[in-house]
Amino acid sequence: MRLSALYLGLFAICAVVLVFYVTDLTSSLLTGQTKRVVQDEIQVLANFYRRGGVTLLINHIDRRSREPGANLYTIAAPNGKILAGNVESLQAGILDAKGWTARPFTYRRFYQPEGTPGHRALAEVIFLSNGMRVLVGRDLGEPTKFRSMIRSSLALALGIMLVGALIIWFVIGRGALLRIDRVAQASQKIMAGDLAQRLPISGTGDEFDRLSSSLNSMLVRIEKLNVGLRQVSDNIAHDLKTPLTRLRNKAEAALAGREDTASYRLAMEEMIEESDQLIRTFNALLMISRVEAGSAVAQMDTVDLSAIARDTEELYEPVAEEAGATMTSDISDGIVVSGNRELIGQAISNLIENAIKYSTDGDGGSTIRISLEQHKRNIILSVRDSGPGIPENRRNDVVKRFVRLDESRSKPGTGLGLSLVDAIMGLHGGRLELASSDEIKQTGLCARMVFG
Amino acid sequence: MICTSSEELPSISTMKILVIEDDLDAAAYLVKAFNEAGIVTDHASDGDLGFYLATENTYDVMVIDRMLPKRDGLSIVSALREKSIETPVLILSALGQVDDRVTGLRAGGDDYLPKPYSFSELLARVEVLGRRKGMRDNDTVYRIADLELDRLAHEVHRAGQRITLQPREFRLLEYMMKHAGQVVTRTMLLENVWDYHFDPQTNVIDVHISRLRSKIEKGFDQALLRTVRGAGYILKAEN
Repeated sequence: MRLSALYLGLFAICAVVLVFYVTDLTSSLLTGQTKRVVQDEIQVLANFYRRGGVTLLINHIDRRSREPGANLYTIAAPNGKILAGNVESLQAGILDAKGWTARPFTYRRFYQPEGTPGHRALAEVIFLSNGMRVLVGRDLGEPTKFRSMIRSSLALALGIMLVGALIIWFVIGRGALLRIDRVAQASQKIMAGDLAQRLPISGTGDEFDRLSSSLNSMLVRIEKLNVGLRQVSDNIAHDLKTPLTRLRNKAEAALAGREDTASYRLAMEEMIEESDQLIRTFNALLMISRVEAGSAVAQMDTVDLSAIARDTEELYEPVAEEAGATMTSDISDGIVVSGNRELIGQAISNLIENAIKYSTDGDGGSTIRISLEQHKRNIILSVRDSGPGIPENRRNDVVKRFVRLDESRSKPGTGLGLSLVDAIMGLHGGRLELASSDEIKQTGLCARMVFG
Repeated sequence: MICTSSEELPSISTMKILVIEDDLDAAAYLVKAFNEAGIVTDHASDGDLGFYLATENTYDVMVIDRMLPKRDGLSIVSALREKSIETPVLILSALGQVDDRVTGLRAGGDDYLPKPYSFSELLARVEVLGRRKGMRDNDTVYRIADLELDRLAHEVHRAGQRITLQPREFRLLEYMMKHAGQVVTRTMLLENVWDYHFDPQTNVIDVHISRLRSKIEKGFDQALLRTVRGAGYILKAEN
């Protein structure tokens, strides 16, 4: 509202300045023209004066005075008494100065009705050698009329503009203001804590809608982060209390138990083991949140994914063998991605550790297969195992923090491994896909890191 | 987690270190533990004092906390490096992950240890930074007892008998021999041999070590590669 008033004001000032400039320019042009006409006339009069003296001059002036549309002529005695011409009276003092009148003056014509205002004119006054004064001038009626015409049209135009602006403001500006108000109301509610609230979208697809919809996507992201945060704090409360309780119980049991160094030592070692596990959980949690916080956290380079996959495979191969699993691989050479070696290595090792942990229970050899291949635009690194796999309806859940399948609760682990892989893939603009290794029998887990 | 019994510790010549740490409890614990390990320890509780001590005295290693009152750890390290004081620095930090390590090392730190850490881990790293007990960098052949590792030919012999190692096993042995007589921890091995800084949940390093051990010790009398409980491994000849 204030803005539109400001615009209107500025515009009006510009218009006024422009119109004044134009009228002044025009009237100075017209004045110049007046002066030329007067000077020509004076030349003619001078000729008469030279040829026949004052008598011929007076005659001529008399004749010219009666012509229609004539200039102003006055011939006056040295004392100022008007002798001839078409002017009844002049503004006082005009005949006293030689040359052009400094500014327009007023005069009255013969036969002009009483009470009407005097006319305005510009004139040149000449002193003859005998002291008589001759005034030749021109009425300023036309330039003045012209100027007032322009000024009144300006007033009209400005009036129309003002009305137009008011209408436009009412129709468009007010509509926009109302929408801004609605957005403001919605954001008030959001600030009050209702993150599910969204900004209204009118459906016209204009700038306001575009702004609202990008703000809405921002809200979706914030809400997701917020939900994630709440979920994490709930889970931390739950999942960290358990090991803390165990830790406390061990200390209590040791205090209540036998008082000898060996059993104290054993209890202490168990407690350190327990707290290391807690620290590990904290580290994993911190890491996930930092990775999820975005790309600013991790430095991205061009990294050789094939080499990382091989390094990690080689790191775990003896572990797998010791656990009774056969690890095979099919890794294409020279696949590079933009990423962080450390994080990708961590992700692959999480998947391999899971595969070893969950596939080596049953009888008979378990197999783990790592493969890396380029599928058109996607680069896929997959780790598949011959374990029990994850039921289809639980695959979305296990990626969440601290979610573990009931069957796996007995095994050590933080419940954060897949969450971290998922976060790392998110950071790399890719995703983690979980499927069955054997699609027909629905067994085994195939975890795919898909780089987009 | 100080489970290292004294006979397993490397023989001690006096090493002098500076610890800059503002948490007084933690600092008192560190000073006591380092002293028990035979390391003379000075302590500074803020950045200014720490920087003063670091420039006035000569130390073998400095352990610098990253976040300190008055002057932060990284700026101390870069200021020391600017003054051409090249004492090895280990940076301790509550910030642990990925890029914090990179910024720490870029500022001129030689090693980086995220909190919370076990003292045995810190001690092993300080020993490695401060003492060149093992082989020198430009030795082309590392020798310990009857074990010989040729870095140029990439060959390992024991008692004149050739031992075939995988490339990674070779690097593992090379690192162990370079720091022979010193405790190396699992994370140090993961960092230096595999160049990974994460904390694996499984005992990956132990498995690699036991493979290596069986290759270099099977059929020979003397055990060289020993486990230091609660800390890591040490490669040394019996006295």
